Amino acid sequence: MLAEGGEEAKVLAGGQSLLPMLRLRLARAELVVDVNRVPQLRGVWEEADSLVIGAMTTHHDVIHDELVRRHAPLLAAATETVGDPAVRHRGTLGGSLAHADPAGDLPPVVLVLNGELVAEGPRGRRTIPAAEFFVDCLTTALKPDELLVECRVPKLGEGWGFHYEKFRLSAQAPALVGVAVAVRRENGGIAEARVGLTNMGATPLRAATVEVALAGADATAEAVGRAAEAAAEGTSAMYDLSTSPEYRAHLARVLTRRAVLAAAGSE
Amino acid sequence: MNRISVNVDGTTYEDEVEPRLLLVQYLRDRLGLTGTTIGCDTANCGACTVDLDGLSVKSCSVLAVQADGGEVTTIEGLAQGTELHPLQRSFHEQHALQCGYCTPGMIMAARDLLRHNPDPRPEEIRHALRGNLCRCTGYQNIVQAVLAAAAELEAGRGAATSSEAALA
Ligand SMILES: Cc1cc2nc3c(=O)[nH]c(=O)nc-3n(C[C@H](O)[C@H](O)[C@H](O)COP(=O)(O)OP(=O)(O)OC[C@H]3O[C@@H](n4cnc5c(N)ncnc54)[C@H](O)[C@@H]3O)c2cc1C
Ligand code: FES
Ligand code: FES
Repeated sequence: MLAEGGEEAKVLAGGQSLLPMLRLRLARAELVVDVNRVPQLRGVWEEADSLVIGAMTTHHDVIHDELVRRHAPLLAAATETVGDPAVRHRGTLGGSLAHADPAGDLPPVVLVLNGELVAEGPRGRRTIPAAEFFVDCLTTALKPDELLVECRVPKLGEGWGFHYEKFRLSAQAPALVGVAVAVRRENGGIAEARVGLTNMGATPLRAATVEVALAGADATAEAVGRAAEAAAEGTSAMYDLSTSPEYRAHLARVLTRRAVLAAAGSE
Repeated sequence: MNRISVNVDGTTYEDEVEPRLLLVQYLRDRLGLTGTTIGCDTANCGACTVDLDGLSVKSCSVLAVQADGGEVTTIEGLAQGTELHPLQRSFHEQHALQCGYCTPGMIMAARDLLRHNPDPRPEEIRHALRGNLCRCTGYQNIVQAVLAAAAELEAGRGAATSSEAALA
């Protein structure tokens, strides 16, 4: 159906972004394909060392899923900060990723977990690494006739700590900046750190310089604070109505320090 | 046009609807259930909150066709005859409304919270109601009203003693 609909066809998942955008005439569609009643697209299961989350799994179900809480607690924690209960009852993980809003909380989480996105279309099935999936603001590597069907994340074993830190101007506002962190601890220090940034550019980004600086660092406020100074390096936060790129860069540094310390359990 | 069958507040309706029709428009314009209000129609204010199959949703961000085969509860389905739901009563008694526009959605969202957290702390109430905007009250009395209703539901007391229970 998507193939027949061409460029003007849209998938309807939770509708929490698409329906408001259609109402506001920010998006238009000739054909809307509702995939809510395709049971295969919902649910969470394990496949060897990966956790597989069906694209149509709602935020609410992600938060309450035992497997997610055990193997991808960062995803559960970030999803808890999304919108409000009614939005989380309808909105889906796949919809959030396919929507690729720079202020979306879940794209940087999947990036930090080194996740993979599985797409299905008339030419079959393909797997796209998260690092290649987010192409631009509201743009992913999905073709118009492809459906996102799964999000796969490697299970991270013992020794990993996680934290999602987000700053917003009001209860309803999207993240001004968010920082998703996974840290592997060893002998009281940080062996390996992954840092993902929300809303510091058109796509979610990894704070690569911070990650390098944290490898082998002490999990102290001083060491982490020093590494976090590079959080805005290579980012391209834009002006918006309320904030300047300088302010967002400042937030990125502060939130990165907080998130890494929390993930390392030194807070 | 699409044929739908929806149970709303205990009554089953069969209707032909346009695919683009929002659930809230169906409830208000087709069924005449105007207790559910529209504040923004873009999923931001929570005024239109109803239950769909046991979960709160913003009915301006659900299509009527998506409710086909489903069960909807609106603010108009809460009272038992002339007896108000404890949340309706506590909003009245605690002065949790001024113009009342946000109230139906506020009560439906609060009801969703109390279903899985019958004894919420004030900050949990604020968190659960973050998607519901009120332009009048400043929210304090809304939180009080939810606490009072929770206490009443917990105590399982009848209507006659509800005010004492609420103040206790
Ligand atoms: C009041 C409010 C507050 C919010 N707050 C937050 C927040 O704090 N943080 C946050 O991250 N998000 C927030 N959101 C957005 C929310 O997370 C949405 O659920 C999400 O952006 C879109 O998911 P959806 O399932 O509703 O998708 P839809 O709205 O149905 O679809 C969004 C887009 O993705 C496409 N799409 C959806 N699923 C697929 C698929 N499987 N394959 C291919 N394309 C697909 C659609 O065609 C559409 O273009 C908020 C939304 C609202 C209304
Ligand atoms: S009218 Fe639906 S959220 Fe405002
Ligand atoms: S009472 Fe007027 S908006 Fe809440």
